[in-house]
Amino acid sequence: MELFWYVVLVTMLAIYVILDGYDFGAGIIHLFFAKKEEDKKKVVKAIGPFWDANEVWLIAAGGVLFFAFPTLYASSFSGFYLPLMMVLWLLIFRAIGLELRGQIHNKIWESIWDKAFGIASLLLALFFGVALGNVVRGVNLGNVVDGVSTHEAHYFFLPLWNSEFSPHSETLGVIDWFTLLLGIIAVVSLTIHGANWVIFKTNASINNQLKKVVFTLSFVLLGLVIISLFAWHIIEPKPFHNFIEHPFLWIFPLLTFIGLFGLFNVKKYTKHITGFLYSSLFLLGGLATTVASIFPKVLPSTNNINPDLTIYNVAADEYGLSVGINWFFIATILVIVYFVIQYKVFKGKMDDVDYGEH
Amino acid sequence: MEDMLFYDRMQFAFTITFHYLFPQLTMGLSLMIVFFKWKFLRTKLEKHNDAAKFWMKIFALNFAMGVVTGIPMEFQFGTNWAKFSELTGGIIGQTLAMEGMFSFFLESSFLGLFLFGEKKLGHKLHFLTGFLVFLGSWASGFLIIATHSWMQNPVGYEILANGKFVLNNFSALFSNPWLWPSYLHNQAASLVTSSFVVAGIGALYLLNKKHLEFGKLFLKTGVIFGVVASILVAFPTGDLAAKNVVKYQPITFAAMEGIFETEKGGSEIILIGQPNMLEKKLDNKIAVPNILSFLTYQEWNAEIKGLNEFDEKNYPTNIPGLYYAYHIMVGLGTIFIALMLASIVQLFRKKLYDTKWILWALLFMIPFPYIANTTGWYTAELGRQPWLVYNLLRTSAGASPTVSSGNTLFTLLGFIGLYLLLGMLFLILVGKIINKGPQTTR
Repeated sequence: MELFWYVVLVTMLAIYVILDGYDFGAGIIHLFFAKKEEDKKKVVKAIGPFWDANEVWLIAAGGVLFFAFPTLYASSFSGFYLPLMMVLWLLIFRAIGLELRGQIHNKIWESIWDKAFGIASLLLALFFGVALGNVVRGVNLGNVVDGVSTHEAHYFFLPLWNSEFSPHSETLGVIDWFTLLLGIIAVVSLTIHGANWVIFKTNASINNQLKKVVFTLSFVLLGLVIISLFAWHIIEPKPFHNFIEHPFLWIFPLLTFIGLFGLFNVKKYTKHITGFLYSSLFLLGGLATTVASIFPKVLPSTNNINPDLTIYNVAADEYGLSVGINWFFIATILVIVYFVIQYKVFKGKMDDVDYGEH
Repeated sequence: MEDMLFYDRMQFAFTITFHYLFPQLTMGLSLMIVFFKWKFLRTKLEKHNDAAKFWMKIFALNFAMGVVTGIPMEFQFGTNWAKFSELTGGIIGQTLAMEGMFSFFLESSFLGLFLFGEKKLGHKLHFLTGFLVFLGSWASGFLIIATHSWMQNPVGYEILANGKFVLNNFSALFSNPWLWPSYLHNQAASLVTSSFVVAGIGALYLLNKKHLEFGKLFLKTGVIFGVVASILVAFPTGDLAAKNVVKYQPITFAAMEGIFETEKGGSEIILIGQPNMLEKKLDNKIAVPNILSFLTYQEWNAEIKGLNEFDEKNYPTNIPGLYYAYHIMVGLGTIFIALMLASIVQLFRKKLYDTKWILWALLFMIPFPYIANTTGWYTAELGRQPWLVYNLLRTSAGASPTVSSGNTLFTLLGFIGLYLLLGMLFLILVGKIINKGPQTTR
């Protein structure tokens, strides 16, 4: 039962990353590459009718986390208090940037909200990568000081950073060189992903330029991925433990690399969706690889005193989890129906959809 | 420790108060927009479609504000109330996760279609998308109030040895006797807000002698919805909700009505007075004898327990706040009924559009349903104190153990700053839309 809900949760988070990931990426493209007013508008139109529904995946995943794994929800949300609050503020800034920009036609007004949208998107991509890094690295569960827990075994609190900036330090911070590396990987891969979405959904004049950007960044990404594989060994001595026991899991790293190598050919693709599919594959494969590597842990402990949080010691009780399957099944069918309707109505290029000027 | 709890409570109170300014309009307004669209399909008169489009703009802005201020609400259960989430997540997580899965997906998918799809969809499908948005927003309210009702009157649970609450009866969450009166009371109150906003903007246009056709349409629709909703808020929904408080939380009832001592031979209803917590009595009170007993039990002499009969450590933590919240809500509710009745009488006499004092009154009344809705929620929430889960889990036992007051105050200040900015931007943009007025299709 725990396993079922874990798969549900990870799937929902993965869908969120694919969907809102292109929104963040489009925001980064908007910030750095869309210079002309016309291109800016096109980038916004490409995500306009979707971002809100995409963000619902985060809220819904949060709801499932709360319902199925309440102890993990309580522990991680209070422990990562500050970064989560900042994510909230950034999400708010990003949303109002998108929604308010078109409401008043004034250069200063527009450029303020352009920047809010772009910078918030960039920082969100960074923060989500950092978050993944924290989950992989683990935290000092129970806030152990000198071998004694100062809190209950599953609670902790992390400041944003510590003076050493190291993932091996006694007192950890949210940001250290390892989590920052994953943050940068997230920024680069979501920039690629967002560029692919803009290419897919618009006829913007920057699309050819964006293909070059995707091409260049995919080499950068390859380099970063290789570095991160080495870094991973420093954090976790046996990252491939699960893969050796269950060889079918190698499918995930394989998909990651197929996705990544697919991006190298971006200039040759005639169908505009192809690049987007490859970057989605890369993101999915990368997430699945990470999850497969740490399973069944959901938040490792960095001390020897308190145990790791695993899906088995943070889950809700049996009855609640099994009764939830019923409504979740119905809801999933409905969500798929909505999704199909939405994408059917707004299929193809978005250049002529009026967005933001209600 | 004390100040940790204080800032956690302040932050939740501030963010939820601000958040609920938006959904209370969108829930009621979605129904009214669907009504305008339906009128258009029936009458084929363009003005109804234009009216629907005009309110959609205001709806969209409100909806976006509701979404962005709503995400922090879900997060805060974990960030600031971790212990509460850990202990009760198996139960309230159900209804909250269902809200995400059932209503947020529905609303957000079809809102996009509703706002941008009129041309692509045609009028009938467009009406349908509007209806689905309405359904989603009302489902959201239902699941939130189901969660709220479990906290007020826990059902279908057992408590394990480690203190965790686990669900043992899923359907009990929805047959909770607290749920339906609260839900219908809240939805009617939400309609009161939207009716006053629609009628008030209509009155503004008439007073301004601008957009006269729409002014009349808004005013008429607003007062018809308004008179029904204002009455429904009080009776039967408010009445039933209050009877639930008497039954399940008698101490809360005594505190909100301001009854310090049990009165033999029936309780009076307090109209005005200030709770004096030092001497445990009401100062400067104006009251009508025996009415409260009658309203509560339909018997003039029924006895209602005063605060003196309860253990002081279970008193609501802020009795004066609770008392004022409740009395402001009830007082405003009474004024709403009176004004809406006067308006409807004038409407039937075909004099509404020229009765200046009513137009002015409706215009100035726009903020007050917001105050009544907010104080209504304060009554429910302050009334539940000092408990998070009534009689079972104290508020002081629910906060996050590792988040220090310095961090919470930091984020509280951040929210205050951000929300002030949001509020200003919102008012500017709504003002702009209202000033521009509805656009007629040529």
